[in-house]
Amino acid sequence: MASEELLIQYLPILLFMFIACAISVAMVFGSILVAKQKPDSEKNSAYECGFEAFTDARNKFDVRFYLVCLLFIIFDLEIAFLFPWAVSLKEIGMFGFWSMMSFLGILTVGFVYEWKKGALDWE
Amino acid sequence: MVVQALAFYLFASILVLSAFFVITARNPVHSVLFLILSFFNAAGLFVLLGAEFIALTLVIVYVGAVAVLFLFVVMMLDISFADLRKGAMQYVPMGLVIGAIILTELVMLFGAWQFAPGAGQNLAVPVVELVDVTNTEALGQVLYTNYVLAFQVAGLILFIAMIGAIVLTHRRRPGIRRQVVSKQQAVRGEDVIEIRKVTTGTGA
Repeated sequence: MASEELLIQYLPILLFMFIACAISVAMVFGSILVAKQKPDSEKNSAYECGFEAFTDARNKFDVRFYLVCLLFIIFDLEIAFLFPWAVSLKEIGMFGFWSMMSFLGILTVGFVYEWKKGALDWE
Repeated sequence: MVVQALAFYLFASILVLSAFFVITARNPVHSVLFLILSFFNAAGLFVLLGAEFIALTLVIVYVGAVAVLFLFVVMMLDISFADLRKGAMQYVPMGLVIGAIILTELVMLFGAWQFAPGAGQNLAVPVVELVDVTNTEALGQVLYTNYVLAFQVAGLILFIAMIGAIVLTHRRRPGIRRQVVSKQQAVRGEDVIEIRKVTTGTGA
């Protein structure tokens, strides 16, 4: 367990979490309790402009979404590495600075590759 | 202290429960959503341990990116999961055998486990006392200097992942017109427009 001073800063988040849970539970169960419910098969079916539902609502996704998401993760991780570097730049000196520059350089090569390859274009 | 303990038990129990639902949920999309819930609770446990940076990275990277990736995978597969489950029972004996082997290995490992004599010193890298600096700062002070090799290797792995993803999933579709701005700019009026004199009455 961490020190009290550190955790006390997270207390508001915990409280907000409880409030959010309470409100959402109240909304869901409140409507179940208060509202008059007389379900039948027509009311429970999906409403599609008066038609019978044609197909399932879940469609296959295009694989290109996956590529975009993967590229996003990689730059997301890059950003995650940038935070501690930016905070401690004063202590780690020139060496730390250039170590990050080389890291960024490697990823920039990849970025140029994906740009030139057209992986960012949707077509 | 009581709040801390309560928070710990809350997070831990929700974590275990949601991890249980990940493997029992019938709908794979629900499984992924339970996985996200368990990531959030793991982040809560990390905060309780005082590892703020790891906790928030878990939320950003795992919840923000990896879980979305899982969702895409689940939604890209066009498998009828009822069909898939039909034949699943015949693999149960094999699964039990593999599970038993792994369990035995784990028990043997933990039964005979002891740290190498020098391991303690290796772990105790010059991390500054967490009283003076924040979590993120302490991490930054060693990651880019003491662990520069591991850091650069991480960069290379990310690079390879990027190239691999593009090579595996990107395909050029022929016959698609793309917008090329430089070509558009280079078009000159006399190349594309022809002015003809049409005399009256001759038409067409």
